[in-house]
Amino acid sequence: MIASYASPAERVWYYAFRIICALVLVFLMLPILVIAPLSFNSDSFLLYPMSGFSLRWYDEFLTSPAWRQAFMNSCIVSPFATLLAMVLGTPAAVGLTRIDFPGKALLTSILISPMVVPVVIVGVATYLVFAPIGLSGSYVGLILVHAALGVPFVVTTVSATLQGFDFNLVRAAASLGANPLTTFFRVTLPLVAPGVISGGLFAFGTSFDEVVVTLFLAGPEQTTLPRQMFAGIRENISPTIAAVATILTILSTLMLITLEWLRRRSERMRGVAH
Amino acid sequence: MFLPPAKLSLFSVACAAFCLMSGTASADVTVISFGGSNQKAQVKAYYEPFMKTTGSKLVTGEYNGEQAKIKAMVEAKNVSWDVVEVESPELARGCEEGLYEKLDMGKIGAKKDFVPAAVSECGIGLFVWSTVLAYNGEALKTAPTSWADFWDLKKFPGKRGLRKGAKFTLEFALLADGVTPEDVYKVLGTKAGVERAFKKLDQIKPSIQWWEAGAQPPQLLAAGDVVMTTAYNGRIATAQKEGKKQLKIVWTNNIYDFDSWAIPVGAPNKTDAYKFIAFASKPENQKVFASEIPYGPTNLKGTALVDKAIAAELPTAPQNMKGALASNTPFWVEHGEDLEQRFNAWAAK
Amino acid sequence: MEKDNVMSSLTATILTEMHTENSASLKDQLRRAERMKKLRYGALILPLALFLLLTFVWPIAALLKRSVDNPEIVGAFPVTSSLLHNWNGKALPDEATFVAFADELGKTKGTPPLAAAAKRLNMEQPGFRSVMMHSARAMPPETGTSPKDALIAADSRWGEIATWQFLARNASPYTARYLLASVDRKYDEQGNIVAADEDEAIYVDVLVRTFEMSFVVTVCCLLLGFPLAYMMASQPPKIANVIMIFVLLPFWTSILVRVAAWIVLLQSQGLVNQALMAMGIIHEPLQLVFNRVGVYIAMVHILLPFMILPLYSVMKGISPTYVRAAQSLGCPPLRSFWKVYFPQALPGVGAGGLLVFILCMGYYITPALLGSPKEQMASYFVAFYTNQTINWGMAAALSAILFVATLVLYMVYSKLVGSPDVASKAR
Repeated sequence: MIASYASPAERVWYYAFRIICALVLVFLMLPILVIAPLSFNSDSFLLYPMSGFSLRWYDEFLTSPAWRQAFMNSCIVSPFATLLAMVLGTPAAVGLTRIDFPGKALLTSILISPMVVPVVIVGVATYLVFAPIGLSGSYVGLILVHAALGVPFVVTTVSATLQGFDFNLVRAAASLGANPLTTFFRVTLPLVAPGVISGGLFAFGTSFDEVVVTLFLAGPEQTTLPRQMFAGIRENISPTIAAVATILTILSTLMLITLEWLRRRSERMRGVAH
Repeated sequence: MFLPPAKLSLFSVACAAFCLMSGTASADVTVISFGGSNQKAQVKAYYEPFMKTTGSKLVTGEYNGEQAKIKAMVEAKNVSWDVVEVESPELARGCEEGLYEKLDMGKIGAKKDFVPAAVSECGIGLFVWSTVLAYNGEALKTAPTSWADFWDLKKFPGKRGLRKGAKFTLEFALLADGVTPEDVYKVLGTKAGVERAFKKLDQIKPSIQWWEAGAQPPQLLAAGDVVMTTAYNGRIATAQKEGKKQLKIVWTNNIYDFDSWAIPVGAPNKTDAYKFIAFASKPENQKVFASEIPYGPTNLKGTALVDKAIAAELPTAPQNMKGALASNTPFWVEHGEDLEQRFNAWAAK
Repeated sequence: MEKDNVMSSLTATILTEMHTENSASLKDQLRRAERMKKLRYGALILPLALFLLLTFVWPIAALLKRSVDNPEIVGAFPVTSSLLHNWNGKALPDEATFVAFADELGKTKGTPPLAAAAKRLNMEQPGFRSVMMHSARAMPPETGTSPKDALIAADSRWGEIATWQFLARNASPYTARYLLASVDRKYDEQGNIVAADEDEAIYVDVLVRTFEMSFVVTVCCLLLGFPLAYMMASQPPKIANVIMIFVLLPFWTSILVRVAAWIVLLQSQGLVNQALMAMGIIHEPLQLVFNRVGVYIAMVHILLPFMILPLYSVMKGISPTYVRAAQSLGCPPLRSFWKVYFPQALPGVGAGGLLVFILCMGYYITPALLGSPKEQMASYFVAFYTNQTINWGMAAALSAILFVATLVLYMVYSKLVGSPDVASKAR
């Protein structure tokens, strides 16, 4: 609270500052808050006041073959891309935190770079290289590139988890006679699991929201949810799009909650108190 | 509590890779066309009846006419599309560059049954479509009648919709500038003519709302974002049918062209591709298509079958053909890339 | 052996050492153990490194190479190309060149290589496609006529030196023309590098625009993000966590969802216009979307969390005691903020600013859906050349420039912050 001896200028600033912050928060939340109710509108205009409550746009989403196909495709591509990113990223993060070698900084930058290289470049590049070997217009090609885009998130989160990881625990397990595999699954993994899973969630989020690479690489059979939304937004913002948007927002809220839970769990297990 | 995720995921990724790899080989026919109401009409007229009568499965997709994917697939000898709807210049260029199969008319139908211009080396006309001037009758007090009116910002204030591309946009600019339909391509073939077209476009540049997909113009008109726009006649007609009666078409100096079916070189299922094209070229099926969306049949017998009321809405109706301009395919084959690039540079400035 | 870990093998060897009292030093053993460890952990990194090499590094390298590739002419006319290499360019090429060219034109007639070569030449001289096509149709020459006469009869331009110079210029497997074109330069008739025609010169403008828009978005993000991050850092953890959720929820929401939402909000009959008109502030709807304003609003919204998160993580570590000390020593609040607090927050500003700038430069979807042609940045033109005109050399050249710009900024960023650890910060 503001101190009772504050000068008038300080008081003005105190409230002005809070109002500014509140406005920024409104700006951040506004689009999400606005689009969700419109998906329940009974007529086809995306305008307030709403004319009535209806689930017809959700019905359209669930019954339209194009949307359903797109949803199915997203459910094929993203999980596999995430798994691949986790399987490749986790050991690499362990390796990177445990040893030093010349060129390590460069290698790390390369492993992280899919996060910063403009996606259009990734899309065009993989498209021109994958097409001749039959990987464009295939699920495999799309999964591979989505995994590459998700890898940096796994590497960074797992590395961050390992930073606070006490390797003496591994030594202790080994000295008590556990073999390395047992040590990994009984000691290391439970401790780094939150990092691995949240890295995986980031990778999943990246893939599930990816449209540019998909635009180049996917054939009509591989149209994903964001790709379908892209086509929809360009042609006609219908309430169906609002319905899809609402479903996706609920999904991202769930992911956020999971992440928060993982973070707390990880802190508890490592005994880190912030 | 946890399954060993490393093991589990390795296994499932390997499994998935296998399943997906082996899943790609199938005997379905993949048909790619321009989306929106055009595709909806194709579903009714061609896709559904074809699947019902032949029992084979169609995989359908939409695109905006970009040839890049086809080129990449053909060069890679890994083609997954069997039948594609293409516009005329792309067809001619693709035919030259070896992207499309030379068609065997014997497998499709008798050549004499078709509008002569619809039959080409690599393609068979699917329908005649037209780019027209469309306007919102509620937003404009007096009706525009020509491309000159389209350019007249004083008499008809408001935004204009134009397709983001050089093709037809430049022709309309010249028509608005007083060039007669017969001379348009002659003028556009000269450097001065191109300058003239861009200069004319400069006059209304701040008022232009560009569109890309054929579904957009009726949207823009109905939402009041533009008062006039270029549009595909079929899209406006469908919008009218859906209750947007305020949308109107001006046929004066419309530009018409064919969309054609073509088979990419190396299509996986050529036999059924031919079967599909032959099916879609039958007069009775083209008639259904024309009554779904008023694009003109290419099969002369099909034209005869169309209802009178619908026939008047087709680009091929005599009153609509009067003063109409046929898109000049050789011109766009020759100058397309150059003018599109120039246009893109101009638009981005 | 493989399964044993470093420690136990080390213990074992030490024990053996002690028993045999061998002369091999402990140091060697340790070094070997260390090397084993490196190999083993290195083996953990290897799969990912290989994977990225194949799915990411190699495709990008191949794309960058395309920006200088020029295979069409050499591919269609190999003999003519090598003859033209030794041609002095002063007079018409010799008879042998004409013979070779006529022969190769005839051979490639109606095949994709000829079409590719014709397309490539048409790119620089519009109209040259048909010169190639009808010349090819006139080949092979009728018996009795020399190839030279036949070519010139097919098109008089084959009798001009300039035509052959044009062909010779393009008859090498590599070219700088795409890279030159992407900075608005071109070769003139004599092969000198000159400024491109005014109606084609836009890429410098586009690059400037890319930087300008990225800069504006970065500054807006900083102006909006700084107060909020400061606020979060100065609140007790419970409140800070609640605010954090407000920051993270949009961060996790699909970009397409947010773009769609902004269109709904900003379009001419959208909520913002409705609200402003209802309040009587405006009478005509404002144009808020499909122009610069709309793109800025949506991009700031999308990138704001990338600014707030690094700022917050730095500010959380700044102890409030310094500012209090400065104030108690009589420094006015604003001045103490600026002189004491801000310098400590600067690493966060740098990290967030660079991150937002880098991400912004590569944006494609948001300007494509919310902007007019005047808002399109470098990425749009890469996509345009890839899909629309199938000019992959040009797409590659523009990619190369965008890539290098990103790389340089990324290196600055790495020096400043280490790896772009958004993910762990976002946690």
